[in-house]
Amino acid sequence: MIGEPPMRFFDPHVHCTSRTTDDYEAMVKHGVVGLIEPAFWLGQPRTEAGSFQDYFASLVGFERFRAQQFGMQHYTAIGLNSKEANNEALAEQVMELLPLFVCKERVVAVGEIGFDDQTDAEEKYFRAQIELAKEVDLPIMIHTPHRDKKRGTIRTMDVLEDHGFSPARVVIDHNNEETVKDVLDRGYWAAFTIYPGTKMGNERMVEIVRLYGSERIFIDSAADWGKSDPLAVPKTAHVMLERGILRGDVEKVTYENAIAAYSQSGQLSEADWDSASPVDQRTLYEGSSVLRGGQEPRVDDNIIE
Amino acid sequence: MSEETETPRAKQVALLRTVLQNRIAPDALAWIDAARAKVAVADEPRTLYMAFSAAGRRTGKEPLKPTPDERAAAGAGRADWDLSSWTVDQAARVLLLLELRAESGDALTARLDPLFQSADLGELQALCKSLPLLPFPEAHRARCADIVRTNITSVFEAVAHENPYPTEQLDEGAWNQMVLKALFIGVKLYPIQGIDERANPELARILCDYAHERWAAGRKISPELWRCVGPFADDGMLADLERAVSDDDGPGALGALLALKTCPHDGAAPLREAAPLPAGLLADGDWKHLGDLQ
Repeated sequence: MIGEPPMRFFDPHVHCTSRTTDDYEAMVKHGVVGLIEPAFWLGQPRTEAGSFQDYFASLVGFERFRAQQFGMQHYTAIGLNSKEANNEALAEQVMELLPLFVCKERVVAVGEIGFDDQTDAEEKYFRAQIELAKEVDLPIMIHTPHRDKKRGTIRTMDVLEDHGFSPARVVIDHNNEETVKDVLDRGYWAAFTIYPGTKMGNERMVEIVRLYGSERIFIDSAADWGKSDPLAVPKTAHVMLERGILRGDVEKVTYENAIAAYSQSGQLSEADWDSASPVDQRTLYEGSSVLRGGQEPRVDDNIIE
Repeated sequence: MSEETETPRAKQVALLRTVLQNRIAPDALAWIDAARAKVAVADEPRTLYMAFSAAGRRTGKEPLKPTPDERAAAGAGRADWDLSSWTVDQAARVLLLLELRAESGDALTARLDPLFQSADLGELQALCKSLPLLPFPEAHRARCADIVRTNITSVFEAVAHENPYPTEQLDEGAWNQMVLKALFIGVKLYPIQGIDERANPELARILCDYAHERWAAGRKISPELWRCVGPFADDGMLADLERAVSDDDGPGALGALLALKTCPHDGAAPLREAAPLPAGLLADGDWKHLGDLQ
């Protein structure tokens, strides 16, 4: 690939709060210029609305600051996840909180929302959040259920269409071979989470792109507190290139499509990283809890003027 | 001119609105005016919270870069009010906050607390810059003391730099922590209003202890650290200044030399004579020049 500029990647689904600064450094080193951190559950259910408020505030506050220190552009999606929608007393309070957060800077979607167990309570708060997304004119990021996935994915699209929400403004995430055709046929963006070892692996993704092409398809790592790989997007890109997928298609699936989908929020554009100042932790952020005492600050030279 | 237009609040609102009018599109200004009207009469919090967030999407984030006339008008609208580091979204958001009507400090902070608690980085900066303009100034002391505990440099600077609120309202303990925290997170001291007036013996002791920690760790010391030490130096602190002059190569030594000029201790004069300030490099009280050397 001599003569071609290095590839850039965008990971539209990472739960950075659960990751270390090593991950930020590794992602930046391997060409990931930006990421989206959707609100989700934390591995165990919260019991107080205040826990949600502080979590949402950290997504638009300290976590964004932490990412920027490593040269990573950080965006977020705000929503009540489907698992915790089942605690209705708490869910009501969280729904009251959401308007405080959905209009904030770099909130690119209401999400991740949808179904988990596919209960009535999940549907109730899914519908309420579709209406919220319409009210504030934001795209939606859909979490499809891990169990009974195909039916849950179809039901998700039925509910969205029931509210007249445009499929072009919805990303359906965690697809697999069983769901992708319906999702694409109905006009939605189809995202695939690359899970190491299980579910979607890099190799399976190559076959999906061979079969369905690169239109409205993109991949993410969904790296979180479980076994996951924050480098899933660049690694899969390299596997795709090795297997003969054209570079233009790889770029769509690992960069352009996700940006096109979420830039509909008006809160994300390539200019954010193209015009970003080179990382200079000395002048911008020295002394935060991220840069520990004695650590050498990182200073990037801006070699392209 | 009616009586209403002569109140400080009316002057501040008029200035911010004029400043915005000259910088943002007419439809964005119309949106802000409509949002202000709604906030003024809203009896529920949601109107303010949504408008406060959305304002940034309407205005963009360009720096105001105030003209000399605008800077003068700010000073006339509120003593020591400094617009130099403000951005358009901050001006719009503060205009919204100035529509809040409250009968007591507690009632006002009850409206503001959820904004602080849910703010993103840009909103927090606007809230920090609103502090000197809000009514019931003493009601926001605890909030200000809390903000200066942040590690987020941009937010810290929004409250600490070019802002008259901390020097007017923080008690000595909170003030001293703010100055120490500034050094700790690499934030400059010279843009802090009242940095000389609020210096005190306890702060001088804290800063010298901090200098010893840095020396022990083999780390550089900000030349600005010595600024708040000079006027209160006791025997031990004078020895620290002497050590900084002889040990530190570069700005640290210059900071200690500059501090010696304000040091009333009998032992300061011989030190000043032994190591005079380099001619032409530092004028009297030129801490800004020194701060920028770092």
